[in-house]
Amino acid sequence: MEITVRSLWTLIHGFGFGALYLLACSGGILELYRSTGSPSPSPLTARHEIFLRVYLITMVVLAWGAVLSGAYIVYPWYRAVPPAGAASSMLYPQHLLMSSPSTIGWHSLGMEWKEHVSWLAPISITMAAYVFIRYGRDLRNHRQLRSAVLAFAMVSFVAAGVAGFFGAMINKNAPVQGGHTIQLSRNVEALRK
Amino acid sequence: MNASVETAPVNTASPATLTNGSAAAAILAAGIGSFALGVLAVAGDKSALLKGWFTFYKPTGPLSGVTTSAVVVWLVCWGALQWRWRKSTVSAGRISALALVLLALGLILTFPPIADLL
Repeated sequence: MEITVRSLWTLIHGFGFGALYLLACSGGILELYRSTGSPSPSPLTARHEIFLRVYLITMVVLAWGAVLSGAYIVYPWYRAVPPAGAASSMLYPQHLLMSSPSTIGWHSLGMEWKEHVSWLAPISITMAAYVFIRYGRDLRNHRQLRSAVLAFAMVSFVAAGVAGFFGAMINKNAPVQGGHTIQLSRNVEALRK
Repeated sequence: MNASVETAPVNTASPATLTNGSAAAAILAAGIGSFALGVLAVAGDKSALLKGWFTFYKPTGPLSGVTTSAVVVWLVCWGALQWRWRKSTVSAGRISALALVLLALGLILTFPPIADLL
């Protein structure tokens, strides 16, 4: 069993950061609402407040990790231009998608949207985390600001969802491949022999 | 920023122990940053000249400059608004509404079919 370095980075970008962020988003938004926005907010203890702060900071790290690893590690491999006379487009996902009318939309709509909209997620969640850390339980007293923070957090979730959906579909149609190969289970195979 | 928003009435449902200026600054700056992202994405797509300018990091292409510039706009606005409003009570409703409109515009502008119409 083996994996290439490019596939591993795509996994780290998509699952390690992106999917974990999406999972964390649902919990984070619910907690923000429950703690500060619901008509009868649950008591926010100091311990709970610290937990939510750490949770939101983790979300911020995941969101920035997703966009930065996507833009500066995976995307350059995706958009690489094949040299003249290249025998195969398999190592050039953008070129591969654009070579067929049945797949060009995954680039022209999917990637073109994903590469920009995904950046709304870290911007929004960084703001939400800052406001919660700064105000904590006092945010209950700022109804309009609290609503705005929740709206930004929702948009962050939607933006990450769009990016995640198109990322998965693009990688299904034209996976980022190549680079050094890492053996994952060489020892197991050797033991079996 | 309009100075009048700093003196407008605020939510008085229950007493707040912190002024709302810091939160309002963060929220409005996030809205401005989101809008800047949408505008710069369209600009970078439409203009060959800007496409070249925005290529801060060649392997990533114009995306590197578009997103870096939007993040810089966001952080600079945040810093400036925070410095101005950190001890103020501002009109939370108007600022939140403005921020949400900017966020919505930013979201719409990143959608390629909309950007293609411009």
